Amino acid sequence: MAWADSENRYKQDKVYDACGLFGFIDTTGAKHDGNKVVAALNSMKERGNGLGAGYAAYGLYPEFNDHYCFHTMHSDEAHRLELDTYLRKHFAVVHDEPIPHKHVQEILDPPVVWRYFLFPQSAHMVGRSEEDYIVHEVMHINSHFEGSFVVSSGKNMGIFKGVGHPEAIAEFYQIQNYQAYMWTSHNRFPTNTPGWWGGAHPFGLLDWSVVHNGEISSYGINRRYIEQHGYCCTMRTDTEVFAYAADLLVRRHHLPFEIAAAVFASPLWSDIERMSEREQRIYRALRQTYGRLLMNGPFTIILAKSGVMMGLGDRIRLRPLVAGIRGGTLYVSSELSSIYLVEPEIEQTWMPQGGEPVIGRLGTAPQAPQEHKQVHRVVAQGVEA
Amino acid sequence: MALSYISPQFIIERDASRCIACQVCVRQCANDVHSYNEEDGLVSSHSLNCAGCHRCVTACPTQALNVRLSPLDFRPHANWTPSIITNIYKQAESGGMLLTGMGCDQPYRIYWDHMVLNASQVTNPSIDPLREPMELKTYLGSKPEQLEFSQSQDGLELDTEIGPQLELAIPIMFSAMSYGSISFNACESLARAAQIAGTYYNTGEGGLHPDLYKYGANTVAQVASGRFGVHLNYLNAVAALEIKVGQGAKPGIGGHLPGEKVSLDISRTRMIPQGTDAISPAPHHDIYSIEDLRQLIFALKEATHYSKPVSVKVAAVHNIAPIASGIVRAGADIVAIDGLRGGTGAAPTVIRNNVGIPIEMAIAAVDQRLRDEGIRHRASLVAAGSIRSSSDVVKAIALGADAVYIATSALVALGCHLCQRCYTGKCNWGIATQDPYLTKRLNPNIGARRLVNLLRAWSLEIKEMMGGMGVNSIESLRGNRDHLRGVGLNQVELDALGIKAAGY
Repeated sequence: MAWADSENRYKQDKVYDACGLFGFIDTTGAKHDGNKVVAALNSMKERGNGLGAGYAAYGLYPEFNDHYCFHTMHSDEAHRLELDTYLRKHFAVVHDEPIPHKHVQEILDPPVVWRYFLFPQSAHMVGRSEEDYIVHEVMHINSHFEGSFVVSSGKNMGIFKGVGHPEAIAEFYQIQNYQAYMWTSHNRFPTNTPGWWGGAHPFGLLDWSVVHNGEISSYGINRRYIEQHGYCCTMRTDTEVFAYAADLLVRRHHLPFEIAAAVFASPLWSDIERMSEREQRIYRALRQTYGRLLMNGPFTIILAKSGVMMGLGDRIRLRPLVAGIRGGTLYVSSELSSIYLVEPEIEQTWMPQGGEPVIGRLGTAPQAPQEHKQVHRVVAQGVEA
Repeated sequence: MALSYISPQFIIERDASRCIACQVCVRQCANDVHSYNEEDGLVSSHSLNCAGCHRCVTACPTQALNVRLSPLDFRPHANWTPSIITNIYKQAESGGMLLTGMGCDQPYRIYWDHMVLNASQVTNPSIDPLREPMELKTYLGSKPEQLEFSQSQDGLELDTEIGPQLELAIPIMFSAMSYGSISFNACESLARAAQIAGTYYNTGEGGLHPDLYKYGANTVAQVASGRFGVHLNYLNAVAALEIKVGQGAKPGIGGHLPGEKVSLDISRTRMIPQGTDAISPAPHHDIYSIEDLRQLIFALKEATHYSKPVSVKVAAVHNIAPIASGIVRAGADIVAIDGLRGGTGAAPTVIRNNVGIPIEMAIAAVDQRLRDEGIRHRASLVAAGSIRSSSDVVKAIALGADAVYIATSALVALGCHLCQRCYTGKCNWGIATQDPYLTKRLNPNIGARRLVNLLRAWSLEIKEMMGGMGVNSIESLRGNRDHLRGVGLNQVELDALGIKAAGY
């Protein structure tokens, strides 16, 4: 039995939680230490209850740029050795070490945390692409290994998370010591699941990371759609569905982020009817084809992969999302105050409309939307893939 | 004639103090139950003929009439029930198969009534359909697995073409009922209602009367084993085509239209001689296997230049999951599945009551199988076979149907009282009859209005249930079994339905 299953003691379909989110991308590529993100997240302490917090950082391991980095958790050293043997058989492990951490009074019985820098053994890939192989292996480990869990599996990025308040988790992992051009973070208020380290956010697969505030009422069908495409929802959280859906749409189906956003929070039919014929064709086709990936219910997410960060709220705006820009840095957060706290000189702030993605890309100066700009009109202007 | 052993099923009660001998009941009853005796000026009733359709009760201006089940009791026997005994009497007298109408009346478990729906509380908000958008729009037809875009000067271009689709304002269509099994006025009521409500009605296997061609944009035309009324104009006049392989009320056998109902108009529409029985062959004689079905699907697509989705309708039978998978792989754009309790104008009672499986099980099995095989997007799934209320619609969609067909519910909206005597052609409500004296009782304007009202009422209720579950679009409910829980079901049934028990 997988660790995720044994931790899911009430056999819940999904995690019911509400949360605080914060993230930023410095599109110039300049790196920032973890102090900023920790301070911002900590200012939204009310949005969590001490049952989970976490951070995703990009640009983390330049010295291992070409290697996948698995952040792993283990219930004990014996289970780590079990996974260690498996990893060495299925991958070429070039370096591994414990993730540096510090004992914190608030945190009892932390798991063993480790990181592996590795690349796939081509003999085991049997026709899969490198990335598909990573996905396959992570799915396998997370659904079959009792006591071990792969937390993140991308290149030059990593996820640090656990059970505790934001500052405790930050102290445990010594987040302030890391340098990254993009950070996302999450403070959790689960209402029924026991605190399990693997269940905290961010959730990751390849270099995707997702932090999520909300409860997806469409989860049942989102999960079944994703499972049809070879993903296993090991965590039983609606958050992991976002990560898999993003992987399917953006990596496998080659859709731009903006189009993925229009799938997750699709425009209403009544909006589509007011579009040009060309746009109608596109958005109708999107809903017809990907309607089962519409994320229905209250949510805000920050979805990130190397070089790109997207903040997105549900189409009728049931959960908060604010955005701000200073210079080349784009901020998204659950609360405006957290942005002001870490960036008092913020130049522009705005509240995105429901379903309107806020996207920052490395190398492209961020821009606030035009006043009253129609949501979902990205097609007319074209987008970067 | 020897004495018949069959006793009346109903008792007609006439309150003499109220009866004014106006003879409305005499004129309203096509079964000749009521008669007027000129000598004494009284109306009396011969209850043996009574179908229990309540037409006379409804029409009586002084509320002098009531019809109730006869309490005539056999000595109790759990095995030899009154209906079994009576059926033997009937067959011993007639030497024939027993016929019946409408859907299975046996007390098999109705799974709709053992599933309950979810609602949002605290952790996520319910959505108020009076104040927020609530989307029921549904497209039926084959969808691509993924979309492909390319970048052009004007922005993003969609390179993927999506095949022909039916656009439904609500995920409910009127199921197949042929002109012949039901009256022209009933057909026109359905056609008009479909047009007004933004959905579709289905011709059944009886062809399309020339006066109904104007509703073609809201019509699904059937091609059944008898090929009644099938010609090129018919195929091209409508929005979608449906190959009828089977029907839930009578899986494995063809349609039965007694010659009594084949009037001149019907004989012309069906292209058969007047007064002859229209008995469809049990199988399509050009479909003896799945690859033959593929040929017929593509013959129809060729004939209509790939401009319309092609549906294949089958009865829900034991191996429905692989059957549906084969149909999808054969190229059908829509698979319509008709369950055990689906209705009919005429079927052998023994078939109706004993063959097939409940639609709830069939939909759950098929939706899951198509997902397991990765072909769910290739065809839409339509559930039929006794959808009685808006909650049945919601549960069918949550189990995995894209839309539902209703027929019995629609006829009830038109006045049907489920007397199950459709095969006699003597429907006092003007629905399942071709007798002009009876059919004129059904005014298509009023009929269409009643049907539109029903669809409107159900759509309001569906929106209310969806809002409670916290979803504002029907595609988020579709196949979302997390919103269903079983009550009073055993684990095998729960697993077959793919749902959890209440409390879990």
